[in-house]
Amino acid sequence: MCLAIPGKVESISGGADPITRMGRVNFGGVIKEASLAYVPEVQVGDYVIVHVGFALSKVDEDEAQKVFGYLKQMQELDELKEGGP
Amino acid sequence: MKFLDEYRDGDLAQQIAREIHRVTTQPWNIMEVCGGQTHAIVKFGIDELLPKHITLIHGPGCPVCVTPLEMIDKALEIAARPGVIFTSFGDMLRVPGSTTDLLSVKARGGDVRIVYSPLDAVKIAEQNLAREVVFFGVGFETTAPATAMAVFQAAQKGLTNFSMLISHVLVPPAIEALMSSPNCRVQGFLAAGHVCAIMGYEEYPPLAAKHRVPIVVTGFEPLDILQGILMCVQQLESGRAEVENQYVRAVRQQGNQPAQRLVREVFRIVPRKWRGVGEIPASGLGLSAAYVAFDAERKFNLTEHRVDEPADCLSGQVLQGQIKPHECPAFGGKCTPEHPLGATMVSSEGACAAYYRYRRHSAAETAFAK
Ligand code: SF4
Repeated sequence: MCLAIPGKVESISGGADPITRMGRVNFGGVIKEASLAYVPEVQVGDYVIVHVGFALSKVDEDEAQKVFGYLKQMQELDELKEGGP
Repeated sequence: MKFLDEYRDGDLAQQIAREIHRVTTQPWNIMEVCGGQTHAIVKFGIDELLPKHITLIHGPGCPVCVTPLEMIDKALEIAARPGVIFTSFGDMLRVPGSTTDLLSVKARGGDVRIVYSPLDAVKIAEQNLAREVVFFGVGFETTAPATAMAVFQAAQKGLTNFSMLISHVLVPPAIEALMSSPNCRVQGFLAAGHVCAIMGYEEYPPLAAKHRVPIVVTGFEPLDILQGILMCVQQLESGRAEVENQYVRAVRQQGNQPAQRLVREVFRIVPRKWRGVGEIPASGLGLSAAYVAFDAERKFNLTEHRVDEPADCLSGQVLQGQIKPHECPAFGGKCTPEHPLGATMVSSEGACAAYYRYRRHSAAETAFAK
């Protein structure tokens, strides 16, 4: 039940009061409404992590790539150690 | 799906696992706190990629599993009353109470409805002003902002036919209770990423320092969990006990401030009973004074109700990491997901159900460990 998954905000509605701000969020083709009350900074096109109808936080795209950079570095180090290409 | 599939890459998982093998020189016990992580670990066979002497202990982080029996009984009693619409997340419906479960109450004519979001329950209350609408508010810090918003909006709308049966629990007091137990074998923690997305991780450094345990805030995908384990092992091997954040893409140090603000407004910290564990001081949320009118326990006069747990279910020991699910004598025999004795067999995030579902025939039939 703690399941929370990332989706892309396609449109925002609900007007000026942040409490009522809603977004249509796309989860790999499945569209669901989610409250954006707790992520006032989120814009259309951002990825958010959604749990029981609420966006909990915005996915930081730069940070999201870092683990892959780290893995690549590890790979290169391995290759160096093994005297690879 | 973006931000999901790339974190399930088998080759990259193997690569991190190799690094874990390389840095590990001695046995370590690491607890993943969250049931969502337990589920992923068993489903993807992450534990089977690890060195033999790294043991993952499955923690108490499944809100469905730790909801005490007496709270389930209260839910059943309210749901069976005429005129009540009882709303809940789907995974609470099959959790066994003392004599029955919500699904059976529904089959016997109780108006029990599954909702996706607590706000749906508020909507139902608006549409049914002549009936009492009750929402079963369970969950960790991750879910509390959603239930807080439901209460807040119900108050703003002046709804008097809406109330909430609340069994919210908090993670740091549970870690403290675990670490203070003399039986505790845990040497490092993977903290639940989504709890920290809300709360941040400023509560953890005192725990890490007091108990000399590394705590790594960790996400839920296989690569996240493996990287979390690697970071934890690196700390253990070098004698450090710090708080680190693996799940930087979703977790900021201070957490989600607007969400914390509303949770503080609507709730207050209370002692809470955990199924199988007992009462832990200051480990739950209840409604604050301004919102007690929305407290279903008061409205339906159930505050004094007390029930003891059945003796043949060892979920308390499972939840504290003292035994693995299959070491319970009832596992797979007297206790199955179809006929669960304890909540850890009901919820798909419960350790017993995860073991039953993915380890029934052989230990090695999992995604990465071929
Ligand atoms: S297998 Fe069933 S009886 Fe045993 S601890 Fe798990 S839930 Fe309880």
